[in-house]
Amino acid sequence: MSEQIYAILTDIFRDVLDRDDIELRPNLTGHDIPEWDSFAHVNIIVAAEMKFGIKFMTAELERLRDIGEFVALIERKLALRG
Amino acid sequence: MTVSRPIVSARASIPHIGNDLTQTLGLDWLPAPERFDDRIRLVRRGSDGDLRFESILALSRTRLDYLQCGTLDRELGRLRKTGKAEALAHLPRVRLTALSSSTVEHLLPSIRIAGLRRGLLIDCRVGAYGMVRQELLDPAGNTISGSDFVLIAFDAASILPDTDPGDTGAARVVVEHAAAELVALWRAARERSGGIVIQQLVMDRQPSLFGNLDALAAGAPSAAIRELNTAILEAAERERVLVLDIEALARRFGTRRLFDPTRWHQAKQEIAPPHAPLYGDGLARILMAARGRSRKCLVLDLDNTLWGGVIGDDGLEGIRLGQGSPEGEAYSAFQIYVKRLAKRGIVLAASSKNDPKIALEAFERHPDMVLNHDDFAIFEASWGDKPSALQRIARKLEFGLDALVFFDDNPAERALVRQTLPEVAVPEVPSAPEAYVDCLVDSGWFEAVAFTREDSLRTRHYAADRRRREEQDKAADIDSFLDSLEMEIDIRKLDSANLPRATQLVNKTNQFNLTTRRTNEAEMTAFAVDPSMVVLTGRVKDRFGDSGLITVVVGQVMDATEGRVLDIGTWVMSCRVLGRRIEHAMRDALIAFARNAGAIAILGHYRPTERNGLVKQHFMTLGFAAMGEGEGTANDWRLDLRSEPTTWRSPFRAVRTDV
Repeated sequence: MSEQIYAILTDIFRDVLDRDDIELRPNLTGHDIPEWDSFAHVNIIVAAEMKFGIKFMTAELERLRDIGEFVALIERKLALRG
Repeated sequence: MTVSRPIVSARASIPHIGNDLTQTLGLDWLPAPERFDDRIRLVRRGSDGDLRFESILALSRTRLDYLQCGTLDRELGRLRKTGKAEALAHLPRVRLTALSSSTVEHLLPSIRIAGLRRGLLIDCRVGAYGMVRQELLDPAGNTISGSDFVLIAFDAASILPDTDPGDTGAARVVVEHAAAELVALWRAARERSGGIVIQQLVMDRQPSLFGNLDALAAGAPSAAIRELNTAILEAAERERVLVLDIEALARRFGTRRLFDPTRWHQAKQEIAPPHAPLYGDGLARILMAARGRSRKCLVLDLDNTLWGGVIGDDGLEGIRLGQGSPEGEAYSAFQIYVKRLAKRGIVLAASSKNDPKIALEAFERHPDMVLNHDDFAIFEASWGDKPSALQRIARKLEFGLDALVFFDDNPAERALVRQTLPEVAVPEVPSAPEAYVDCLVDSGWFEAVAFTREDSLRTRHYAADRRRREEQDKAADIDSFLDSLEMEIDIRKLDSANLPRATQLVNKTNQFNLTTRRTNEAEMTAFAVDPSMVVLTGRVKDRFGDSGLITVVVGQVMDATEGRVLDIGTWVMSCRVLGRRIEHAMRDALIAFARNAGAIAILGHYRPTERNGLVKQHFMTLGFAAMGEGEGTANDWRLDLRSEPTTWRSPFRAVRTDV
């Protein structure tokens, strides 16, 4: 499951940040990619919501620290949705 | 070095919402984008700028979601920056500055893509976040200078201070104050940009306080917003400001959808990103209308479009229309809406693969038919193909193909027209007739920024044109035909009663337009009162009816080295009255004005665009001499007033003028 989420998220990051060389790993954060600014961040969240068909809460968004946590959150939401 | 990883194929097993209709709200009148990712890849790899542009343009006319708009917009940006595309250079450019109290950056790609769909290349600028007043009032600010359009948008809290429920006095004061403040901002925006101001109404997303009593409870927050919006509409009319009616959009599609509290608290986005394509299209259609690019003619199929069934097979009694069947009532409802469009000035044409006699009989004899033969300016019933029929319709009406909207239930016909005549707008007609009205409404192709008396009379004008054409076919030669019309022309200086129509004509005429200089009402008014300038309008009527105000010329008296001259900056005429020597009558009025003003010559200019080739020889026809280059290629022309102008045979029974 998380393998597939990584794959879809990678596409999202590459598209939103307009960088084809982006590889996602669990401990990746906004500090590692200069293009990942606050505007891009919202677009990444929106893209994930649209592609996975889920919705994040403000509190969840605030707690996110790195890609690993983001993937885990998506996984939990997909599981809850069934 | 990183190597891009091949796409993992297992992803298909994750439920994927993709491009379903919940994510492209209000845009189901556009066909689905097929193979979007593949086509984007081809655009990115392509080297031929024109081919890339063609693909981008074709994709802009499909139902793209927020993410796809972003992706396509990036390719458009790349092409504009580094690529060469002939067609791109021909597209009219529009500079838009958005000044908003909330975040709007996420809307820009969708605005630009919608612009492309509507025939405009939009350059967007955004004022500093939350600094609307500073941008407009600070003497050092220059964000809006040179903008063709300035969009001003406030969320409720940024323009209306909170008042206590029940405190009606305080509520009234804040509404009045807000309305007055907006007017001051509009004037500043207009003055500093020289462009057109678009005010977005305030979105009412106040939580209900009293439930159903909200609308009645004095001083309830929603009531204040509603009052402010009413005040904005009234003031906008007066101040010649255009309005983006976000409340109408919200009424139609839901505030709960357009506004997402998560995005508001996270990024102060008042329009939720998934609905940026809907918002962008709503804004782009205002720009389209203001630039004269709205469609003018609705071409309708008949069988299964205006009634259920096939008249040729099912006969008059067999088709489904009118009371007695739910489907028949749905077709009636569509006809009623189409009839209303005709009454507001949209020209109707029929295009049907039918025996003309049988098709016409349906209109003459079916008791539940709402539309009748006279509602159609052209009635094309034949067994030929639809693209040829559309071309014939455009030619007869003197419209460009880009003035047409083609409405046909048959997907194969739609696909053929989209492919062969991409200029024609082809909404994706739904399978249920009860959804036809919404489809046409949502497509927004008939957006207007003004409504004049001429508009409401247009259907009658076109019916008269049809009878004139029939007359012309009978006449022996052009002179006897023109004489038989018994035309009367009335040439007058612009007055306030003519102002809206004259402005509309100057801004929406594309073919008989010498310089394609666009002018707003305020500028027209300034021209009319400027003693060095003259704005002449011409109205014509004949025995078939009144064609109304159909031509406008703007001239300015200037002192050149050779002496005083009258310089013609604008000359437009409705193509409906082409070939009736109206331009000759206008020329003589200009000569009279110029001589009174002490001018020794009249200067005329032709500025070629993609669409005004028709008037390339306009000044030569009127006896002007080419300046500089030869007569075939000259763009600047001169009529010497010290010698007698060329004569022409007047077909007018009467020429009245106040010049």
